[in-house]
Amino acid sequence: MISLRSITVATLTKDIRLEWRSRDAINSMLFFSLLVVVIFSFSFDPNAEESREIAGGLIWVAFLFAAVVALNQTWARELRNQVLDAYRVSPAPANALFLAKALGNFILVSLLEAVMAPLFMIFYNLRALGPAWQLIPVAILGTWALVVNGTFFAAMSLRTRSREIMLPLLLFPISIPAVQSMVEATRIILAGDGSARFWIVLLLTYDVVFTTACLALFETILQAE
Amino acid sequence: MTDAKIPQHLPHVALNNLIKQFGRFAALRGVSAEFAAGRFYVILGDNGAGKTTLLRALAGLAHPTRGTISILGKSPHEACREVGYMAHPSLLYDEMSGMENLRYFARLYEIDGDERCEQVIRSVRLDPELGRPVGQYSQGMRQRMSLARAILHDPKILLLDEPFSNVDVHSAREIVGLLKEMRDAGKTIFLVTHQASLLEGVADEFVWMQYGQIVERTASLNPARVGPQ
Repeated sequence: MISLRSITVATLTKDIRLEWRSRDAINSMLFFSLLVVVIFSFSFDPNAEESREIAGGLIWVAFLFAAVVALNQTWARELRNQVLDAYRVSPAPANALFLAKALGNFILVSLLEAVMAPLFMIFYNLRALGPAWQLIPVAILGTWALVVNGTFFAAMSLRTRSREIMLPLLLFPISIPAVQSMVEATRIILAGDGSARFWIVLLLTYDVVFTTACLALFETILQAE
Repeated sequence: MTDAKIPQHLPHVALNNLIKQFGRFAALRGVSAEFAAGRFYVILGDNGAGKTTLLRALAGLAHPTRGTISILGKSPHEACREVGYMAHPSLLYDEMSGMENLRYFARLYEIDGDERCEQVIRSVRLDPELGRPVGQYSQGMRQRMSLARAILHDPKILLLDEPFSNVDVHSAREIVGLLKEMRDAGKTIFLVTHQASLLEGVADEFVWMQYGQIVERTASLNPARVGPQ
């Protein structure tokens, strides 16, 4: 049995190299998120308290839409020259490909968050009244929730005619519990309004359940005609 | 040439009543055939005859609707290490160099180090030092790099789908020469093409397909079937 870790690392390295050379996904994501921040900051003029209430929703919706850009790019690359077939005919495990793609998207979206979060803070004049460190597990678990399902559904819609439309149609409804947890946890932490523990545990549970389900089903998706 | 580990009574590749349907369209309609080891088979037929579908089924990319495929006594999926597949598209990343591409695909077959990658790139008469991305290769170079990817893991069986398409005659003859060397080294080759005349005197058998079935197998090109080239 071929090492899952070795193939995952090889595929992830290859994807990062390709993204570094083309910068297709990261540029589109950054541009899109920047637009959302700027347009929303001009559209609303909230005071500091209102900002804390709405920022969680704004931030995560912006990241969710931006992530879709990266998710579509991930598999589009494998469709050019039908390179995915070269993987399918090899003895490499299907899950290594899935994990590499999910990790690659996680890195991309995390980079985006690292760049955009300070801008959100500045544009919306945000300061966390609760334990700010808790935003880190929310960001990690929330980002993984978005990319693990996103990577799976992007692969699923790969062979459909309008895959750019199919992905949000499949991804958004199933992401509702995760998005709600992210938004609520962020709002609670920013507003210092009680404990975000419940939402963080819910996010963790969501991640475990969907990661397991995606890993269990991915081979069927990959080998589908 | 036959591998000592393969039971001698087994054909190298055996198809038994193979049917492949895409919705209501049957691309393969009950194909049954046996193919021996170390021979060069050229699969011919009009567009839509089922040639590519047959090759994809052998590669494990198209799952039979009915019937069975046996490769060295195993299913296509189990025999994936013994099969090299070269499709009509290059199956290469345009943004990476040939060596970078092969390094990645080598990892999928647990081949470590650059030695084997350099060896196969040289064997298709390309330079492993060439740093240019594959997207900037000429069509002939791309086809040869694609062949290098297919033979990287030293498969016993090679499946080649139109390796001469968009390739000039000189490059096509070079590829034919490479394939002849591989057959002489004991590999079994299945090649789909519309340029059969390039392979006359090289191929061992011409397999004619029509409407999803094998209709004839000949040792030489049948001029009546080929028509004007």
